[in-house]
Amino acid sequence: MSTIGRAKVVAPSAVDGEVLVSPAPVDPAPKRSRQGRFAPYVLLVPSVALLGVIVGWPLIQLLIMSFQEYGRAQVFGAPAPFIGLDNYVAVLTDDKFWQVLSRSIAFAAVCVVITMVLGTLCALLMTALNKFFRGLLSVGLLLAWAMPALTATIVWGWIFDTSYGVVNYAFTNWLGLDYQGHSWLIAPLSFFLVATLIVVWGAVPFVTFTVYAGLTQVPDEVLEAAQLDGANGFKRFTLIIFPYLRSIFLVVFILQVIWDLRVFTQIYALQGIGGIRDETSTLGVYIVNTALGSGEYGTGGAISVITVIILMAVSIYYVRQTIKEEEL
Amino acid sequence: MSTAARPIARRRPATVQKRALSAVLSTTAVAIFLLSIFPVYWMIQTSFQPTSDIIGSDVNFWPENFTLRNYNTVLFDTTRAQFFPALKNSIIVTVITVVVALIFAFLASLAVTRFRFRSRKAFILTILIVQMIPGEAMIISTYRLLDGWNLLNTIMGLSIVYIATVLPFTIWTLRGFVNGVPIELEEAGMIDGLSRMGAFWRITFPLLAPGLVATGVFGFIQAWNEFLLALVVNSRPEMMTLPVWLRTFQIANGTTNWGGIMAGSTLMAIPVIIFFLIVQGRMTSGLVSGAVKG
Repeated sequence: MSTIGRAKVVAPSAVDGEVLVSPAPVDPAPKRSRQGRFAPYVLLVPSVALLGVIVGWPLIQLLIMSFQEYGRAQVFGAPAPFIGLDNYVAVLTDDKFWQVLSRSIAFAAVCVVITMVLGTLCALLMTALNKFFRGLLSVGLLLAWAMPALTATIVWGWIFDTSYGVVNYAFTNWLGLDYQGHSWLIAPLSFFLVATLIVVWGAVPFVTFTVYAGLTQVPDEVLEAAQLDGANGFKRFTLIIFPYLRSIFLVVFILQVIWDLRVFTQIYALQGIGGIRDETSTLGVYIVNTALGSGEYGTGGAISVITVIILMAVSIYYVRQTIKEEEL
Repeated sequence: MSTAARPIARRRPATVQKRALSAVLSTTAVAIFLLSIFPVYWMIQTSFQPTSDIIGSDVNFWPENFTLRNYNTVLFDTTRAQFFPALKNSIIVTVITVVVALIFAFLASLAVTRFRFRSRKAFILTILIVQMIPGEAMIISTYRLLDGWNLLNTIMGLSIVYIATVLPFTIWTLRGFVNGVPIELEEAGMIDGLSRMGAFWRITFPLLAPGLVATGVFGFIQAWNEFLLALVVNSRPEMMTLPVWLRTFQIANGTTNWGGIMAGSTLMAIPVIIFFLIVQGRMTSGLVSGAVKG
């Protein structure tokens, strides 16, 4: 009897003991839920604080500065008076700004179209190749993709060098054209020819690999059925492949537009090798030259704000598309 | 007889045609391959040529008079900005950037994947939008910010800005990896007595290793290649990073030392290319994960 009684008493106490071991036996529920309610915010603190201070605050500063007279004198401590929209008026009535803007847009448009077309063609090519040649093509594209923009620009600048560049050498000695001592970077049009080549060369791999990844997901049966029904290659692309990959094409396209609109390193470095700044600057380069070169921070701020707005407008499509697909 | 023969007769030109087509396609692939690697090849082969060959009347397509002199000049010439201090700065800044960004991003991606809270969507939206702000547009106010804190020409200043630059992308990508770790594993850990944070740290974090590596490498590449901010903010010779150093090499004297520049470019590009090849598969899926999935 006594042993049974003892056992009976011991058993629940053992359970109690186990509960006691785990934290907070009586009021675990409220405590944990309170912890859960604040936990995500605590986890976000470092990121939000950093982005707020390093991105948010300067962004506000930039906006304020674009409404101020802010030049060299203000850098050295003179008060910066508010001058309303004067900076914006100055920028928007300046022919130079419109030249730069239209140049940027035209350059981006050309680069995006060429990159998309070549990238897609390369992706289609990859599906038609056997394993060996597909691997070879991938390796080449990967190398081009991995090359840092700055070194790529410098190397292309060397390839197109006026005196000792291999392009002039090949044109002169192999094609019989007189390109000895020809400067590619001095004339704006051929400057942008070289710049387009550099940008497209670096961007095609991304398009190719992304589109190729999408292409492998198009069901073979559908393509075969279309082929049996007499659809040629072009029709199969426009009527089947393109609709299947619509969202991929859209995202890649928007990313290309954004990247090519904000192209900086290639243009800036190429100018350093031998272009005329005034005739070849794109938005990013123009900002840097205006603000850092001539010390007009107020005007530079206004151009920066305009640039940010333009890029945000383009980005909204990307963000919307991404969020739609990701089902947050 | 004749009906049986016809399909055979028809098939033969088809296979010839097919073979011709595949030959054309393979040739195109080789041509694109050569065009793609040409600048990389040209950079490396020029870097091994003596100056007399580089600026000779003929162009050499192969370093016949192989030499390491260009590398010797680049690495040990003391008359211009030096390589090793720049390398040291680059490595320190990059390592700080990657480590801190990964820690911050790990915490933030836990918040957005493991919890449902108000302003969660707003945060993700902000992350995506911040990623699109061009650094050139922010250069003036970033400079003033760092100037105000006396962080110009410091490792700290550059690192802080780089962390903020790579953080959005890092959070966005890590978020996908954290989603891939089943929440049941954490719950099992919590039943076995771990706290929630303990479960994150001891269960989720180790399982994220591949994701952390991939994401970290992209942070590395971005920080390593960044050029404008480093040029503006860390302009003092002893605080230069590699891209800025490479540019001084170019301007330094009137006649461009192409051999030296190519050697410098090679030294700067090689680590990037190696790291990039390690993780390239993730790049595509990271940027267009949504689209590819759909």
